[in-house]
Amino acid sequence: MRRAEELKERSDHRIICDMVKEGESVLDLGCANGDLMTLLIQVKKASVQGIELDAEAVHRCVERGLTVFHGDIESGLADYPAGSFDCVVLNQSIQEVKNVGFIMAESLRVGRRVIVGFPNFAHISTRLTLFFRGKTPVTNALPHLWHDTPNVRFFSIRDFEDFCRSEGLRVLKAAFLGDRGTLACCPNLFARKAVYLLTGEEK
Amino acid sequence: MDSDSPKFVETKSFTFAHAPEGFSLESGRRLGPVTLAYETYGRLNSDRSNAILVCHALSGDAHAAGLHKEDKNPGWWDSMIGPGKAFDTERYFVICSNVIGGCKGSTGPASTDPATGRPYALEFPVITIADMVNAQRQLVAFLGIEQLHAVVGGSMGGMQVLQWVSSYPEMVRYAIPIATTLRHSPQQIAFNEVVRRSIMGDAAWRDGDYYEYGQPRSGLSVARMIGHITFMSDSSMEAKFSRRLKNGGYGFSLEDDFEVEGYLRYRGESFVNRFDANSYLYITKAMDYFDLSKDRFLPGKQGIKTRFLVISFTSDWLYPTAQSREIVRALKARHIEASYCELKSSWGHDAFLLEVEEETRLIRNFLRSTPEGRSENLSHHPLLRTRLDLSAFRAAQGIIS
Repeated sequence: MRRAEELKERSDHRIICDMVKEGESVLDLGCANGDLMTLLIQVKKASVQGIELDAEAVHRCVERGLTVFHGDIESGLADYPAGSFDCVVLNQSIQEVKNVGFIMAESLRVGRRVIVGFPNFAHISTRLTLFFRGKTPVTNALPHLWHDTPNVRFFSIRDFEDFCRSEGLRVLKAAFLGDRGTLACCPNLFARKAVYLLTGEEK
Repeated sequence: MDSDSPKFVETKSFTFAHAPEGFSLESGRRLGPVTLAYETYGRLNSDRSNAILVCHALSGDAHAAGLHKEDKNPGWWDSMIGPGKAFDTERYFVICSNVIGGCKGSTGPASTDPATGRPYALEFPVITIADMVNAQRQLVAFLGIEQLHAVVGGSMGGMQVLQWVSSYPEMVRYAIPIATTLRHSPQQIAFNEVVRRSIMGDAAWRDGDYYEYGQPRSGLSVARMIGHITFMSDSSMEAKFSRRLKNGGYGFSLEDDFEVEGYLRYRGESFVNRFDANSYLYITKAMDYFDLSKDRFLPGKQGIKTRFLVISFTSDWLYPTAQSREIVRALKARHIEASYCELKSSWGHDAFLLEVEEETRLIRNFLRSTPEGRSENLSHHPLLRTRLDLSAFRAAQGIIS
């Protein structure tokens, strides 16, 4: 079980890594222990910084020689001048943010491109749980009980695409992770997680 | 103190800026000759690249680690400096010097003015944090060091760290300002002004010319009592003293009933025996003048390679965490890499001397990290390599003894 979870983590990290170009500068919002930052440094020779709220995770990052800011995403972002990074990453953190529009706008101010990874609330298993059992779904991608979850936003791939349209964000790339790796067909039904590469710039 | 701490250490001194040129100060005045008292721990390596400068706080001195022959207690940061400690003397050459204006062997108001043969007293020029740093730079050059591996310090020591990078960025690879600020705030200036008024309001201060008669004891001890209140937190005072009484009940007199009163009096009085009142005036003034906010930090400099680790403590209300975040903000705005860590502590400002374990964990690894973000003991990403066994690795490095 734990092993399977780790493998999934790695595959979304790998997808994000593929969206970053060699030698780019990256800001990882909610960088946790710095696994993704380490991967980006080693594979893409990226110059990476992170923002993380959890003290123990910040310690781990410093131990690994990573540059990390201890604080919340909102106040941490405000300190950076516009265009400080090629890429801003929000992996599995946007569902924990209240003011999504503000964070997205700030991320696009600070970085030229934004990579967003999130759990898809409309996966078929969550739909079935909700329909047949009438209970809040608990899955690998959404592992918390309703009263104990850090998530404050529950949304699907379609919801996110609607959001991007209404905010004028251009999708450069999208990747979807199902139970057996990436998938192309019916992501809103079969994807556990989605990763989007976005920009606010015109074509 | 550990058995493997440096055995006995001695304070050395270095004198420069002899007459007539002297040492040029930020105020425009000149001072000379200038002596700095300093201590070193560990060994300078052959390419002179492993030196770490430790900067002391308001009442500190050059004696940061180890024991003097006559001492009962080790130096003020002995918990952090020594073999296997955060500043590992098996690996680094650690330097600590008493600031200019101080009273522990460096030239200050209590030193003899060569022009008169008497103590400078108020003839001593007002000094600044930049003057302290410029004097340290002379010492560093004298020791044959072109670039410091790191500069570190808490409180006023942290101001010196920021000043070092601002004045000589190319000389500092790693900077660790702890529990400090880019500019002294009105609240901090206000406390220092009360401190100074307390000393100067004591008739025994005699306009600073008290050296033949002895210290202004009452003024200096009250000044230090104020200091100690600001170094603690509400909760650390509650834990340490609560409302405990010295004699079990109220005395219904104006004597000190509470343990906290006794503690402050004791601290105040013992300070009189170890610190010069005029030095306290000059050094608090230097702190108040400190302001590297806005364009005063790294003026006109770009491409700074210095890496920062900024540390603050949650219960520190004298140098609150917001001031440390302000430092990080200034660094981010200048595209300088900075890690920031807010340590949970109930000790107030004193935490920077007490939270040894957490500081050690952060600093030890930070000092070994490289600009590519790859620490020597980095556990690599699971996709690429199996995790290094950290304990075996450290043992191999001789860190665990």
